[in-house]
Amino acid sequence: MAFALRKSDAWLLFLGGCIILFALAANGYSVIHQKEHQQQMMNARQLVGRLGLTDLCLFTEARYTRHLSQADLHAPFQDHPLSLSHFPSGSHVGPPIHLKTVSRHEVDSTAKILP
Amino acid sequence: MKWIQRQKYFLDFTLSSLLRRKGKHLSLLFVYTFIVFLIGSVMLFAGAIRKTAVDVLIDGPEMTVQRIIAGRHDFIPLHYIESIQNIRGVRTVRPRLWGYHFHSASGANYTLMAAPDFEYGPDQIIVGAGVVRSWSGIAEDRLYLVGFDGRAHLLKIVETLDSGIDLVAADLILMAESTFRDITGVPEGYATDLAVEIRNPRECATIGEKIVRLFPETRPILKSEILRTYAAVFDWRSGYVVVLLAGSVLAFFILAWDRAVGLSAEERREIGVLRAVGWDVSDILILKWWEGGVISLTAFFLGIIGAYLHVFWASAPVFAHALQGWAVLYPELHLYPDPDPYQIGALFFLTVVPFGFVTLIPAWKAAVTDPSSVMK
Repeated sequence: MAFALRKSDAWLLFLGGCIILFALAANGYSVIHQKEHQQQMMNARQLVGRLGLTDLCLFTEARYTRHLSQADLHAPFQDHPLSLSHFPSGSHVGPPIHLKTVSRHEVDSTAKILP
Repeated sequence: MKWIQRQKYFLDFTLSSLLRRKGKHLSLLFVYTFIVFLIGSVMLFAGAIRKTAVDVLIDGPEMTVQRIIAGRHDFIPLHYIESIQNIRGVRTVRPRLWGYHFHSASGANYTLMAAPDFEYGPDQIIVGAGVVRSWSGIAEDRLYLVGFDGRAHLLKIVETLDSGIDLVAADLILMAESTFRDITGVPEGYATDLAVEIRNPRECATIGEKIVRLFPETRPILKSEILRTYAAVFDWRSGYVVVLLAGSVLAFFILAWDRAVGLSAEERREIGVLRAVGWDVSDILILKWWEGGVISLTAFFLGIIGAYLHVFWASAPVFAHALQGWAVLYPELHLYPDPDPYQIGALFFLTVVPFGFVTLIPAWKAAVTDPSSVMK
């Protein structure tokens, strides 16, 4: 007699398989590459500490995108969110942090008020 | 047990009902899976980069001090070091010499930097893996650079940095201080900026104020600001990518709503027959809840598995192209998952829960109408 699986059981089995696959996809990479990743992170941190690096090498199009945190204040998208940038990276980078917070201005303005 | 058996009967019925209209539901499942895949990929990619940025840049200087003249970045005199060093709470101040070099043959911008305690000779350099990949015209491990005064410099590559640290070092060309000054023309007695180490990081803002008071033309940039910059750049909630995706997500929910509202005559008749044979409104709702649940859970798991494979196992080829922009030089990304259940939970509530509501309300409307009028 042929064994017939109920539709609900088949779907629950499929869902269980998906959950196992999800756990494998999510954790498998971490488990396999953990040692290599830790070594790379240690090397990167050592280099950052030795050279005093401040930025990630993600957008090398222009000087104001390569070192986002060190850019001139007048560079595109440093002044206001609508200022034009010539490079596509501008569409990935949100408004500059000093427009959302006041920390840098606080530092500057406090210094100017004091004698 | 009885409750579980009852739910399994509902599930059997739901699956049979879904399979009767394969085309409609498979197309919906495909679009739904793709939406989860896209949003999931954005969230995982952004989370992994943000985590890497924080983990790596945490060892950077507590503060960098730039000099701004007429609103533009200028070289900072080295005699500022002594005054800054004397501020209470400052541990060390060291000059950083760095700048950019545009190599027209490759069409790429490289970062030149004088490495402290550079152990090689004046004509020797250490380069990032991205430099070797992108610099056209490398001959016998030598780079040919034209200096600020038009003089040619032939520099020998003695070491290449591991591509595993491309995220911070892909475009770096490290050299001795004298070589850097020779190529870039930065005069003796000046540096690009100063890296300040502070004993107690909580005093950073106060020390920044003191530095600006001493040298009003300077601009201190705190490490906390740098980390916040990267958190903001890759914050999926405010990122432009999600803003763009929001349109397609909305379109998907309109599609789902439209399909659910426009219940076909066959579906209405099915509901009418079920009501006529004694099913409660609550039974119909459970049935429809399972229908939404089967589609959304299947799409969620297929989408999120696809997103994990795309971002971590395949190094996010879809986003790499977008992030690369016009850049010739792009780091080899080796992203590492950031185990954050909040992200997965947020994705679940963003995609599965709204779909449940969108499909349940029209079903309830059909279920409460008189069975005889539905079957007519």
